[in-house]
Amino acid sequence: MQTAITTFDDAPRRGLPWRSLEFVVGGLLTGLMVLLVLFSPLLFPDRGAAMDLAARLSAPFTNWSHILGTDPLGRDVLARVLVGGQISLMVGVLSVAGASVLGVAIGLVAGYYRGFWDMLLMRCVDVQLALPFILIAITFISILGGGLGNIILFMILSQWVQFARLVRGMVLSVREREYVQAARAFGVRDLAMLRHHVLPNVIGPVIILMTLNVANNILLESSLTFLGLGVDPLIPSWGGMLADGRTYMQTAWWVSVFPGVAIMLTVLGLNLLGDWLRDRLDPTGKTR
Amino acid sequence: MVSGFVLKRVLQAVFVLLVVTLFVSYAVRLTGDPAIMLAQGAGSVTEQDLENIRKGLGLDRPFLVQYGDFVRGALHGDFGRSFMGGTPVARLIGDALPATLSLAGLSLLLSVLVSVPLGIQAAIKQGKGADQFIRIVSLVGLSFPNFWLAIMLVLLLSITFPLLPPSGWDGPASLVMPALTMAIILSATNVRLVRTAMLETLSAQYIMVARAKGLAERVVLYKHALRNCAIPLITYIGLQFGNLIGGIVVVEKVFNWPGLGTLAFDAISGRDYPVLQATVTVLSLVIVLVNLLVDMAYGLVDPRIRSK
Repeated sequence: MQTAITTFDDAPRRGLPWRSLEFVVGGLLTGLMVLLVLFSPLLFPDRGAAMDLAARLSAPFTNWSHILGTDPLGRDVLARVLVGGQISLMVGVLSVAGASVLGVAIGLVAGYYRGFWDMLLMRCVDVQLALPFILIAITFISILGGGLGNIILFMILSQWVQFARLVRGMVLSVREREYVQAARAFGVRDLAMLRHHVLPNVIGPVIILMTLNVANNILLESSLTFLGLGVDPLIPSWGGMLADGRTYMQTAWWVSVFPGVAIMLTVLGLNLLGDWLRDRLDPTGKTR
Repeated sequence: MVSGFVLKRVLQAVFVLLVVTLFVSYAVRLTGDPAIMLAQGAGSVTEQDLENIRKGLGLDRPFLVQYGDFVRGALHGDFGRSFMGGTPVARLIGDALPATLSLAGLSLLLSVLVSVPLGIQAAIKQGKGADQFIRIVSLVGLSFPNFWLAIMLVLLLSITFPLLPPSGWDGPASLVMPALTMAIILSATNVRLVRTAMLETLSAQYIMVARAKGLAERVVLYKHALRNCAIPLITYIGLQFGNLIGGIVVVEKVFNWPGLGTLAFDAISGRDYPVLQATVTVLSLVIVLVNLLVDMAYGLVDPRIRSK
């Protein structure tokens, strides 16, 4: 949605980042979760695999060696939640890296040269909007099988369109600006033009979309794994733990509650950062 | 002009449906051989037996011929028969569609009832405590997976306080939890949309005029402002409809709700091509139709759109 009239209140909030509550809370949450997940192999050398059979299904906050309790096999819930986060973060970062590189390149070319490729891109956008995404994911994954690589591949294949659409829209307006016209008059070649004059002017909203998509793909991966279509159930992951925990919900709520809390804190942190970036980098609200 | 716009959008919708069905029919045929699934438990099976099963199901013909048959049948409301038990697929879809649509309808309704007043409050108190609170709650709502919310609701409302049935169809009470799950997830997005749309509308000059001539604030907000931001809102909800359906598919699975999502999951595990193909086609058709209707409505209300 394009903002027609920008009121004073709606103007982007400038100033030091730590003056913004969104930046501080979002940054702390994201930073904390990322650090804990990255360093979890140091904190828990057994990577959450050790079974303490004497302490099976022990409740959280009662036993200092298992702060968040244990699952039905006596494995530490905290260790498994932190180690399981590695899968989520990896899927989130790699899928968005792939989708954004592909999408930005295609969006630049389509918006700059228009014509046939542009039309083809817009038809891809139409199709993508009409697809019940999760059903296609399920179909796709039952063909290729689950697994980390295929999930990431699928996310790239289905999400580059979002980046391409965003970039194309912005390039259409940037290419008509005076500085681009001037550069063209000076004989700047197309590739240099895209790199030095067009790309820097469209990169802000792309970064916002990247942040929000990392958050989104963490949710998506957990859904797919929960449905049994994602990561191997033997590898600890947030979605897989939730699927396991669901069976023991009546007796051990903590097994299914804490992985969900971990997802929520990570995604909330990223969403807050995304919102803050949007206020700063995208005052016209293209990525809204 | 109007008919040109309508024709163009209808052609676009048909194109989208063709691509979607083509993709899905091709993809479902790669998922595995239904003949092997059907032959399981029949003792020793020779390659000849498998061949006969495939022939019986019409799977030995070229892909495009099968696809052509599918499209011809679908246009007449005939989606073939299920590989499992031979029930006509159209009947399976007919049984499941009302369940999905009632879930979609009720959750949309609930979320509109919640998100419109909250979004308006956030917009008029922009930057103040109420606005910050509503924004943060909605952001939290966007930050957990829908199936986790479903599990938490079951934990709260079926296990801790046994008020509602945890899954399946057990009278209208079964609709409450799936609809609540979807409504909460949808409201988180919609509150933000209403807030943004309202902020834009409230800065318009006719709102200043309405206030200046002394209209009650309630009339200004709900009559003048809300009507004018209805157009962008409806458009955006139309664009989000694909996500809504995707969410419903997962939530149906968690609650074992007898709708199209559950039907599709069962079809995938049973390699039941005709059922899967028909389910995805019907869901895509619903999404495409909703978007088409939204565009038409938009075009009717705002003449500037028509000529584009």
